[in-house]
Amino acid sequence: MADVILEHVWKIYEKKVEAVKDANLNVADKEFCVLVGPSGCGKTTTLRMIAGLEEITKGTIKIGDKVVNDVEPKDRDIAMVFQNYALYPHMNVYQNMSFGLKLRHFPKDEIDRRVREAAKILGIEEFLDRKPKQLSGGQRQRVAVGRAIVRNPKVFLFDEPLSNLDAKLRVQMRSELKKLHLRLNATMIYVTHDQVEAMTMADKIVVMSTGVIQQIGTPFDIYHYPDNVFVAGFIGSPSMNFLKATLLWKDSAMWVKLPNGSLIKVPKIYEEELGDYKDKEIIFGIRPEDIYDKMFAVAATPENTVNVKVDVIEPLGNQTMLHARIGNDIIVAAVDPKTEAQIDQSMDLVFDMSMMRAFDPQTQKAIITKEKLMHGMNASKTAKIENGKNQVTQGK
Amino acid sequence: MRISKKIAVYTVLIIASIFFLFPIYMLIVTSLKSLQEVNTTSSWSLPVHIDLSGFVTAWNGISQGFVNSFEFTIPALIFSVFLGSIGGFALTKVKFKGSNTVFLFLLFGMFLPYQVVLIPLVKFMASLGLYGNIWSLIITHTAYGIPITTLIFRNFYSSIPTSLLEAGQVDGANTLQIYARIILPLSIPGIVVASIWQFTNIWNNFLFGLVLGSMPDVRPVTVMLNNLNGSMMAQWNTLMAGALITAIPTLIVYLIAGKYFVKGLLGGAVKG
Repeated sequence: MADVILEHVWKIYEKKVEAVKDANLNVADKEFCVLVGPSGCGKTTTLRMIAGLEEITKGTIKIGDKVVNDVEPKDRDIAMVFQNYALYPHMNVYQNMSFGLKLRHFPKDEIDRRVREAAKILGIEEFLDRKPKQLSGGQRQRVAVGRAIVRNPKVFLFDEPLSNLDAKLRVQMRSELKKLHLRLNATMIYVTHDQVEAMTMADKIVVMSTGVIQQIGTPFDIYHYPDNVFVAGFIGSPSMNFLKATLLWKDSAMWVKLPNGSLIKVPKIYEEELGDYKDKEIIFGIRPEDIYDKMFAVAATPENTVNVKVDVIEPLGNQTMLHARIGNDIIVAAVDPKTEAQIDQSMDLVFDMSMMRAFDPQTQKAIITKEKLMHGMNASKTAKIENGKNQVTQGK
Repeated sequence: MRISKKIAVYTVLIIASIFFLFPIYMLIVTSLKSLQEVNTTSSWSLPVHIDLSGFVTAWNGISQGFVNSFEFTIPALIFSVFLGSIGGFALTKVKFKGSNTVFLFLLFGMFLPYQVVLIPLVKFMASLGLYGNIWSLIITHTAYGIPITTLIFRNFYSSIPTSLLEAGQVDGANTLQIYARIILPLSIPGIVVASIWQFTNIWNNFLFGLVLGSMPDVRPVTVMLNNLNGSMMAQWNTLMAGALITAIPTLIVYLIAGKYFVKGLLGGAVKG
């Protein structure tokens, strides 16, 4: 058992800088948990508090069943991979990897067995007698991971380990780390600012901003049911479109009135939850990939179509990004690359309203949440939302 | 264009070198002359015949001081460099309250003129029963060396990434092990710089040697060199030869240690 539990953890530096505010987190045994957020959001501080490199101002951190608040890093049974690798420059790869075991007085043949095994897993056997400066960035990264593996710790901590690698190597190391997690069967906590890393690697994502945990959930939930405007905007690239809108009731249906006056119909499933916001302002959110060029949408109706003026066209190959004007607002739509959109021309875009999200303009919190949806309907309806995209996209 | 630029640079460098090498030329030619040959009219000319009597007289006069100087320079150098390294480590990597204030006071020590402390220093050493003992020189030079060596190591250690020590911490090393097994092996360039500085400074020091080295068996070479100067007339060839002999150890230190200015020892610790 090596779950990591944070209870009401605070980090307050001198001069009253609150780096981490009341963090509550439960990382289960063998889970791959990713802390993600913009720089300065407190994710690295949180990781360093778990590692014991940073003192906890208030609260409790438990590893396994043991409260580790005052336990030295070396006695926490953790290993850490640093952003800049932090390899000892005067030691060769073998010495780097065996240093921790030597300090713990492991027998020589046991050290040798472990180092060679880890080197084999990571494919660095031939570099064992090289110094770090003779290695490439990717190889150094492997050594840093190897140094963690040989210790066979309960918890692995990663502090942005891939951010110094080039894009291609990063993708490769990403899948290797994921494989390693399956193989080692250990708890891993991973800090990154890269949402792609978070989405692809995590069992559980923790989104942080300004020292506060914004949301904890699976990649699917974080993406589809963001708790607030920050999470909705941070996860997903390009990020979710937000428009100030009003909810109104017309012809016994609920409608979103966009800033330019156009009306789009709210699916029945959301009506109950949005009921309290009738005739009130909401932040209407929709992801670029849920907006379609009318030419390629099969379920286009006047009730989900909005006329826009194209501002910028960015062809990416697999899709084309349209920056389009709705009144004074600009939205981004990821449309079919065969689109015939022209700059400064008006065109019709179809919104997949089953994917719409709504947020309270005051609290910034989500009005449509997974919990409420689950509560208010039976399972088949939920399935329909998650497959909702297909209704519009079939034949695309 | 590039060649003419090079010529200009070299011309300036050569002129500057001549300017600085002139006293040394004077030192060498005078030391090789006989006493009769030394006079103001022919002081720039080469010796008519090489005469080493100046060196012999000088060596007889200062050889004991030569040994004495080594006897306190080496220990004082080792102590001050070692303490400076620990101090620099503490000031950069072991954060403690008031470390900046401590550093400020240390810096202050560097700017304290020697003359200010002479009388208290003698009284202090006498009260310890160390006056006239070689340890009085070792302690004084160590104490006066600590500010500059600490400064050197502090600057050097701030270039060592803290994550290296944190990796050591996670790996299971305590502060002493981190210092001995991670910091110290990486300190060689810093040790070389601090050692050259300290050796030159301690070896060349005159004032402390004059005040604390009154007994012949601890008197430093610099003080003995000064004593070569007779009361009636200066034996210039002997003085110059003595000065040359005195300067030899510092020259050797530069020549040997310069090789060990290992550049890029930190390469590969962090991203390249």
